[in-house]
Amino acid sequence: MKSFEELLAIKEKMKDKVAIRQASDDTRIVVGMATCGIAAGARPVLNAFVEAVAAEGLAEKVTVTQTGCIGICQYEPVVEVYAKGEEKVTYVKMTAEKAKEVVEKHIKGGTPVAEYTIGNGTL
Amino acid sequence: MLSCECTILIYTVTSQSKERFGIMEEFSLYVLDITMNSVRAGATDIRITLTEKDGMLTFSVTDNGCGMKAEQVKNLKDPFFTTRKTRAVGLGVPFLTMLAEQTGGGVDITSRYEGEYPESHGTTITATFGMDHIDFIPLGDMVSTVTTLIQGSPDVNFTFTHETPKGKVELSTRQLRELLGGEVSLAELEILEWIRGYLIEGYAEIKTEN
Repeated sequence: MKSFEELLAIKEKMKDKVAIRQASDDTRIVVGMATCGIAAGARPVLNAFVEAVAAEGLAEKVTVTQTGCIGICQYEPVVEVYAKGEEKVTYVKMTAEKAKEVVEKHIKGGTPVAEYTIGNGTL
Repeated sequence: MLSCECTILIYTVTSQSKERFGIMEEFSLYVLDITMNSVRAGATDIRITLTEKDGMLTFSVTDNGCGMKAEQVKNLKDPFFTTRKTRAVGLGVPFLTMLAEQTGGGVDITSRYEGEYPESHGTTITATFGMDHIDFIPLGDMVSTVTTLIQGSPDVNFTFTHETPKGKVELSTRQLRELLGGEVSLAELEILEWIRGYLIEGYAEIKTEN
């Protein structure tokens, strides 16, 4: 059974890590979570980003946040990546699998996955 | 916003592919969508209640957000009333209303606008559904809906209660935050994983069929 003691143990383990994180949020991944996004599958996309960022050990530098409707509902789920010193990258028609790839290649590797971006003519 | 919401309506009606832009096919997504309205209304306390009884599901969200004027509430169920005045609401309520009415239920909304009730503003939306009706949809992944809400708004006090004839699943983020003493955000993955596990165990105990 999940106990509150277990939760407190997690807290103790995390306190120091969190302090570092607050000082260095370099990259923001923003997932559109309005009706359009949710209907198109944004919930699993968001969760995939949260999990992949942690799995790749990037949680200290990267935050995953939610926003409302960006205005391009036909391309939902839409995800925007704001990296320090770089232009915003907008990913469209995202899936959980694509999210993992974006974390690996773009967030970690530094190269946007052009195939999934809004600028890509194949849409 | 206006074009956005018209687009999705049209896609919902005309799309050949239900995989993209289908009407939401899990009830938990309606819960997520409707509750996001409360988040966007600036609420700090949001109470989500699901009660299953005698084949009916009652879903309600009560918040202390900015509220709406009477005229806005009156027009909420009309998707084409979605002008700038009501942009915060959009298509969520029409979708919910459609599902409720298709299954023999309905939707009721009461709201107190902050401009008129500075001390006691907020909105309550209550929807009922016939769970045995052929048009009702699976409850789906309610746990992900709750963790997604907490991830997006770790400082909001969410109270989640899902009551079935077999028992109850409950979570109060205020209580969790008090335990954590404000040192660790509820949006941290490790905390979200604990919450996920806690809810999954709660649901396993009441063994919901969906």
